[in-house]
Amino acid sequence: MSQHTISPEITFAPEHPSGTKKIWKTFWILSIITIIELVIGLAIYNIHKGEHPSESLVLFFKGMVCILTLAKAYYIVSIFMHLGDEVRNFIMTIIVPLCLFIWFIVAFLWDGDSWKNLRNTDAGSRPATEQAAPAAIEKGAKP
Amino acid sequence: MSTTAIPAGTKWWSGGKSPFNASYGKVMMWYFLMSDAFTFGAFLISYGTIRFSVNHWADPNHVFNAFPFAGHANLPLAFVSLMTFILIFSSVTMVLAVHEGHKMNRKGVEKYMILTILGGIAFLSCQAWEWTHLITGDHAVLVNGQIEHWGTTVTKNPWGPEVMHNGQLVATPGPIAFGGYFFGITGFHGFHVFSGVVINIVMYIKTKLGHFDERGHYEMIEKAGLYWHFVDLVWVFVFLCFYLI
Repeated sequence: MSQHTISPEITFAPEHPSGTKKIWKTFWILSIITIIELVIGLAIYNIHKGEHPSESLVLFFKGMVCILTLAKAYYIVSIFMHLGDEVRNFIMTIIVPLCLFIWFIVAFLWDGDSWKNLRNTDAGSRPATEQAAPAAIEKGAKP
Repeated sequence: MSTTAIPAGTKWWSGGKSPFNASYGKVMMWYFLMSDAFTFGAFLISYGTIRFSVNHWADPNHVFNAFPFAGHANLPLAFVSLMTFILIFSSVTMVLAVHEGHKMNRKGVEKYMILTILGGIAFLSCQAWEWTHLITGDHAVLVNGQIEHWGTTVTKNPWGPEVMHNGQLVATPGPIAFGGYFFGITGFHGFHVFSGVVINIVMYIKTKLGHFDERGHYEMIEKAGLYWHFVDLVWVFVFLCFYLI
């Protein structure tokens, strides 16, 4: 059976590559991104261990790992799950709804941050305290 | 890339064919995975909201620094990177199984399905070890002026801010949500891995029995593969949210 018509719903049978080069290439890309993420993770660990951890540097590194994670997600979905090979209309029915996440993440993290500010200031009735929880916090108090 | 030779100007919506050029089962698998993505997304965003709303959160490099048989060595990120690589590798063997399926090579599909199943079981074993280690852990915590020894559970978080007590730095109880979110989300993911392993075993048996050869195509392997890759995809985000940042 050389002609494998997958199902009558598929009008144009896709041609699959005979080699596995692309799969292994994606594997290496994913591995290298993961290793970079781990290096950044250890860098954050060492920054925290230091005397005066720079919060903006930590935030920058955390932003970097978020971007690298999105790159990994792109490679997994597009190459391993073969979404990149589907018809464009179909890709859009998957990707467009997921754009809701942009609002979802912004709105809810904002909400959480607002909660923290309200709690730390008793809903604005007193000046903000850096740490409202146990007073005698020294080291180990990281946001 | 499998470039589909689709003639330009094809009228997809004129009827008589699938406008997505894909089978019903595959399209619905994608929509299921999309809804599952929203479920996981909601969990992770809820975790983020709570984490943003408190002044102190456990530092993952302190919580997850153990490795089996390494005693009390401080190895931040080491074990979880092993778990990540296990899952990435099992994703590769899965996509290779799909690839062999396209070539109608039953022996190849069997080989790579076995490797994928083993990868899934290895991941689950790692997770079982990690949970056991956290739950049975023993950390000094200052509770109402008394030192208590706590593990990390859904009701106890020994990773709060540190205070001076009798000349020593001792942790205080941290936000209780930490354990709930960690065990809830990694547990939900672990259950997905478990069901993925079960699905892969079913697919392996069906391959072995020659069901897909009779059918003339290995599309079921592709659908199981979609699920398995999704599990890997979710782990990428769990890894980010719980261990890296």
